[in-house]
Amino acid sequence: MFNPRFEAMDPQERRALQLERLRWSLRHAYDNVPFYRESFDKAGFHPRHLREPADLQKVPFLTKQDMRQAYPYQLFAVGLDQVVRIHCSSGTTGSATLAGYTRRDIEVFSEVVARSLASYGVTESDIVQIAYGYGLFTGGLGLHYGVEKLGALAVPISGGNTDRQLRLIRDLKTSVLACTPSYALNIADRLGNRTQDIDLNGSQLRIGVFGAEPWSEQMRTEIEKRLGVSAYDIYGLSEVIGPGVAAECSSKSGLHVQEDHFYVEIVDPETGAVLPEGEPGEIVYTSLTKEACPIIRYRSHDISRLHREPCPCGRTLVRMDKVFGRSDDMMIIRGVNVYPSQIEAVLMDMECTEPHYQIILDRRDALDSIEILVEVNDKVFSDELKVLQSLGRKIHDRIKSVLSISAKITLVEPQTIARSPGKAQRVIDKRKIN
Amino acid sequence: MEVTQLSVFLENKPGHLEHILEILADAKINILTLTIAETSDFGVLRMLVSDTNRAAKALRDHRFTCSQTEVLVIGLEDRPGVLHQAVRSFSRRGLNIEYMYTFTEKRDDLAIMIFRFEDPAQARAALAAEGYRTLTYEEILKG
Repeated sequence: MFNPRFEAMDPQERRALQLERLRWSLRHAYDNVPFYRESFDKAGFHPRHLREPADLQKVPFLTKQDMRQAYPYQLFAVGLDQVVRIHCSSGTTGSATLAGYTRRDIEVFSEVVARSLASYGVTESDIVQIAYGYGLFTGGLGLHYGVEKLGALAVPISGGNTDRQLRLIRDLKTSVLACTPSYALNIADRLGNRTQDIDLNGSQLRIGVFGAEPWSEQMRTEIEKRLGVSAYDIYGLSEVIGPGVAAECSSKSGLHVQEDHFYVEIVDPETGAVLPEGEPGEIVYTSLTKEACPIIRYRSHDISRLHREPCPCGRTLVRMDKVFGRSDDMMIIRGVNVYPSQIEAVLMDMECTEPHYQIILDRRDALDSIEILVEVNDKVFSDELKVLQSLGRKIHDRIKSVLSISAKITLVEPQTIARSPGKAQRVIDKRKIN
Repeated sequence: MEVTQLSVFLENKPGHLEHILEILADAKINILTLTIAETSDFGVLRMLVSDTNRAAKALRDHRFTCSQTEVLVIGLEDRPGVLHQAVRSFSRRGLNIEYMYTFTEKRDDLAIMIFRFEDPAQARAALAAEGYRTLTYEEILKG
């Protein structure tokens, strides 16, 4: 454990700490950011009204849209002279949102990443290849500072150039790989398909740190098998701080949220009402220590569940389930709510093990159609048409039984679906264009 | 004894077959015979080539999905009734033919047929018992 004092803190003591920090954070936001002052005033809330954490429910939400409108600096609570860095969200679902960091914010950011790495078993003897993009995206630099904070060796290769990634894994004896889970599979693909001098026999690779996009348990099994690593989830949002907001531990049963820095609530994505712990819903974040850009009740759109059973690892931090959907990735197909992760789970169960798939939504004669492109790999390929056709039928039937929607399954050649070192584009919704 | 067929997955779209043939041409692979089984969306290209392993590697390097399958190659006299007789003897023995295709030219004045059986080992034994001669890869290559 990197920081047992906070990670294994007595729950009652932590609640007191959270309340104290919550008061500071609300006051800091109210006093220094006109946006928060207006929004609190409008709701008739003043930071001194906060007597217990539950009072936070009276505070209005902060949405992605609010953050976009505040671009670039309007949510900053300190002068730019105190800000030492900025990051942007990837802007995959709209224009970018920007977040600033003071020196202390960077310190906290590095700390939570170092805690995450330590919880996967990374030590100062490890060599960590950071294949997240370096730049405005929080992944590369976030991991980098965390690795240095922990005292391990950082290899700042950034994303892309898969052949070079493989060469460095071999030459440098990389023991930890950090990247998006889809890029990890991309690296595994290159290993499997190219008969070049690179193979991972004798590699020291043992731990994978994967995040920045939701991924399933089946994907974990696949990556672990193909790369020979123990794969761990690292979770975060650039709006909140970046990776390290929550991380799995050796028990791989949920991600511990760094509660001394972030306060979490679960709300109903439709109504915004706070749900009891244990219910699935959208996670809402409030920063407790951030100076440059305090975040008060930020709607993450990530769907998960919180639970507080004691963890064998000794951390007393609340655990959130692996994110199993995005309320804004949620597709409504003929009135049915569907998350891409559910389709992915079906495909992985069916031994089309590599989740290289793409969902295409369209609308014909006012009726939604869903087509799923599935890449045919060596494992499922057969020289007999009937086998391939029955594969398509089985996928169709399975999706129908799990999701009650009838999808057209199209088998496509490998590598037809674009790969990227960043986030995979799983859904193409043509309905909005028509 | 064994003859190995190379099968490749391809989408039923313009340019896809051409790309495969280009890869094989660049790798100096000769195609002895080929056939395509297709659906509206995709097809399977099946072929016998001059160097199966090298062809498979070239295609996989270009990210095509392919597999190698054992097939039986039989020389039959080219006159009415011979194919019927052969197939009848397969069905009597309960041997299921998954698919079959042919060579365009004859070898030693025999028509050359390629069969894929559900159970190749059983089929080979049955064919031997019936007095059919299966051709080896070397014999096919010789032309």
